[in-house]
Amino acid sequence: MPVTPRIAADEARDILPASTPQERLRNFCIIAHIDHGKSTLADRMLQITGIVDERAMRAQYLDRMDIERERGITVKSQAVRMPWQVDGTNFALNMIDTPGHVDFTYEVSRSLAACEGAILLVDAAQGIEAQTLANLYLAMENDLTIIPVLNKIDLPGAEPERYAAEIGQLVGVEPDEVLRVSGKTGLGVPELLDHVVRTLPPPHGEPEAPCRAMIFDSVYDTYRGVVTYIRVVDGHLRSRDRIDMMSTGAHHELLEIGVSSPEPHPTKGIGPGEVGYLITGVKDVRQSKVGDTVTTSVRGATEALDGYSDPKPMVYSGLFPIDGSDYPVLRDALDKLKLNDAALNYEPETSTALGFGFRVGFLGLLHLEIIRERLEREFDLDLISTAPSVVYQVLMEDGTEVEVMNPSDFPTGKIQEISEPVTKATILVPSEFIGAVMELCQSKRGNLGGMDYLSEDRVELRYTLPLAEIVFDFFDQLKSRTRGYASLDYDISGSQVADLVKVDMLLQGEPVDAFSAIVHRDKAYSYGVEMAGKLKKLIPRQQFEVPIQAAIGARIIARENIRAMRKDVLSKCYGGDISRKRKLLEKQKEGKKRMKNIGSVEVPQEAFIAALSADESAMPKDKDAKKK
Amino acid sequence: MSAAQGPLSVYIHVPFCAVRCGYCDFNTYTATELGGGGSQAEYPANAMREMDLTLADDRAAGYEYDAVSTVFFGGGTPTLLPADDLVAMLEHLRSLIPLADGAEVTTEANPDSVTRASLSRLADGGITRVSFGMQSAVPSVLATLDRTHDPEKVPQAVAWAREAGLEVSLDLIYGTPGETLGDVETSVRAALACGVDHLSAYSLIIEGNTAMARQLRRGELEAPDADDMADKYELIDDLARADGLSWYEVSNFARTPARRSRHNLAYWQGGDWWGIGPGAHRHRDGLRAWNLKHPSRYAATLAADTLPVADSEQLSAEDRLVERIMLELRIADGLAVEAIPAPRRHQLAVHRDRGHLEAAALEDGRAVLTREGRLLADAVIRDLVP
Repeated sequence: MPVTPRIAADEARDILPASTPQERLRNFCIIAHIDHGKSTLADRMLQITGIVDERAMRAQYLDRMDIERERGITVKSQAVRMPWQVDGTNFALNMIDTPGHVDFTYEVSRSLAACEGAILLVDAAQGIEAQTLANLYLAMENDLTIIPVLNKIDLPGAEPERYAAEIGQLVGVEPDEVLRVSGKTGLGVPELLDHVVRTLPPPHGEPEAPCRAMIFDSVYDTYRGVVTYIRVVDGHLRSRDRIDMMSTGAHHELLEIGVSSPEPHPTKGIGPGEVGYLITGVKDVRQSKVGDTVTTSVRGATEALDGYSDPKPMVYSGLFPIDGSDYPVLRDALDKLKLNDAALNYEPETSTALGFGFRVGFLGLLHLEIIRERLEREFDLDLISTAPSVVYQVLMEDGTEVEVMNPSDFPTGKIQEISEPVTKATILVPSEFIGAVMELCQSKRGNLGGMDYLSEDRVELRYTLPLAEIVFDFFDQLKSRTRGYASLDYDISGSQVADLVKVDMLLQGEPVDAFSAIVHRDKAYSYGVEMAGKLKKLIPRQQFEVPIQAAIGARIIARENIRAMRKDVLSKCYGGDISRKRKLLEKQKEGKKRMKNIGSVEVPQEAFIAALSADESAMPKDKDAKKK
Repeated sequence: MSAAQGPLSVYIHVPFCAVRCGYCDFNTYTATELGGGGSQAEYPANAMREMDLTLADDRAAGYEYDAVSTVFFGGGTPTLLPADDLVAMLEHLRSLIPLADGAEVTTEANPDSVTRASLSRLADGGITRVSFGMQSAVPSVLATLDRTHDPEKVPQAVAWAREAGLEVSLDLIYGTPGETLGDVETSVRAALACGVDHLSAYSLIIEGNTAMARQLRRGELEAPDADDMADKYELIDDLARADGLSWYEVSNFARTPARRSRHNLAYWQGGDWWGIGPGAHRHRDGLRAWNLKHPSRYAATLAADTLPVADSEQLSAEDRLVERIMLELRIADGLAVEAIPAPRRHQLAVHRDRGHLEAAALEDGRAVLTREGRLLADAVIRDLVP
């Protein structure tokens, strides 16, 4: 595509960082679902505004991490400053790239708080998805001006009329006011930028007030330490200032301050309404927390900006190296990832079944998946993770309260009540699947809160669902029952008291810690039966009979038996067989060393791994199936 | 050097068969004309050449044997060669090292590759024992195994052999896909009805590179089941015992100790033996060596006056100990408890309590497998080796 930027570099003197008047600034973000083309549109904007030339253009420039690029999702947001001219006036546009997923709602909310407007980008062939809707509502609550846009209008499957009506209704505009673009070809993108300038309000901070800047992202860089992205709300931040983090009171020297376009450009400072980055030399993102307020040490602000909160892990899972000798590698890898992820926390955990590992807290399931994948890919680790668990508050009869993040820590004394986190979940689904979704939510202890038709054939269902049910296998089931059409968003909304019990799995009377689970009493039996059946299929027969039991406390609720192995002998062992047999024996001995011992039962680690992976198709056929 | 090293056993591998059976992964060839001097006709001369070179090799290493105590012609199908060829090879061996008094000289045979005359010729030429590959008495089982003989021929062949003065052993295979417990009973009863004093019973092992393994992968055959194998083994053991034969090795039964295969016992008790023929293994005081497999390469190497060894290994003291435990535990005499490394000996009581080892023998200082233990011999061995 031929590109002629409207502003040549030397013509932009009236929009230099730190001296651009607020009325010449526009700050916006793009709200979109995975795959709806946000990154492609962002790339096109970089190109059309002339800050990235074609040669340097890398597809999806803003997503830095490989995993993000491959999965088409953005975990970490960044900001880009772009020049744009409308009717002969120069403007500086700041595009703030927001994370696109449910687990990062807090980070999204901070990104939104740094903007005056949002582009709502929807795939013209797919319509809006639940997470996008959730983020749209979040943007509306932040009083952002919304620009609805349909993307991919050049695709053969595009139905712009249909989806324009749908999002027009959501945002409250006429269908013909919904812009239509193609991020791929660039069609409609200059008009979109014009629209940003014309419809978004400029920032209106207090230029003379003490400086207050909000951190909306902070990223660890191996060479530069932590790079903190900020939106200055009031006052100025200058390169020679010393700064304070208002949540902790920590002082820092500014080593560098600047703007990204999209490569970092150091500047004299950042003025009110502007977006940029700063570097202080800290090495850990925990010292530069998203949502915190930055002020100057001298004549600083006394009141922080609203909206700061500490990220709190909602989902816990045990991560264990498959090769026990990788434990130190896993520890170092987590230490490294932690530098760049304020929400990640972990402590050592020991499991009889899985050996040494870590109990890791995550914001949600996607966060878990991303961390696990990064550990495996970037640090070359093979890992096994235990079933994700939420955080329970257990109130004992003696009045003490216990927080349980791991079924192994479930207290043994008399329990008065147990509370579990609950979510407000939003599910968008074609109307033909309403019944299937309701049935699923019912079986997951959901309470219907409301239902709205977004259009003739798309429905928004609102449920209250226990988080534990969502992290178990809800999403997979939702997808399979709706042929992939449903989308889900959820947000923690509080906690509820529930009739929960801990189910232990016993092998010859010995508990196997990795399989203990906290489940609703009504589900305990089916969990026990399913798990016992799984283990029976996976654990090889031993020299003696092995009972597998599921138990609540001392009460057995389900039982299976692994019958004793009867034959383990090579029938022929003559002259030529001896060397081969000895070598086989040595190999078997090696294999024996890798077995985990639960009491006197030897279990290959693969059996635990297979039992923990939810995928039923990975299970072997029943060993006894062919016996009549 | 001329110090005597005790008795020697000699294994002579005849790598030819009329038909290759679907379960067989032995080193055997069906073509009569293999190139490069590897043909059946040239085989006896090659084998004798190898005996000469082996003797020279032993001498050079300081090993000299007084006498050959056992000889075993295995295959393949040794009786596919003319009886005179087998006798000629035996004669050549005797010319190098004398046969001990009462030496055991066995040949394997297919029931349909012998005649009254050929068996009598073998006996006259010094063969003392014949082991027939009977496998089963049930035609459908034999068909699955690709065996060509008519089960009716077995009693006849056994009778001819006995008439010629040969000891007779029958080999059975159990656990063939489709074989029922009733089929096993039929086969064992048929074998015992021949009046033999020695029986070998092997569970079918389907090796990955055989025609049967391919049939299994295609789903044309059902995989053997371990429990079913155990039932069949126990049935065989019951029937043999009722007929007066008792086990002396996991897969072998004999009427009296004198009727045990001394050649096989030599393998299991750490004896020295020569391995003559393509792919044959040899053992000399901790040195294990094995020959090139293909008859043509085997022949070409011999033609250059070189031993046709493919590779060899020198066993460490620990290897020898592992082998000793692994082999001696499989025989009815059992293993002396002192042979087991002290840190593993506590396992003896564990296996006695699980019913795998005879309690009375253990008190006398020997680890002897019970019938349950025989079926789990490998598991017991794994717990006892260092």
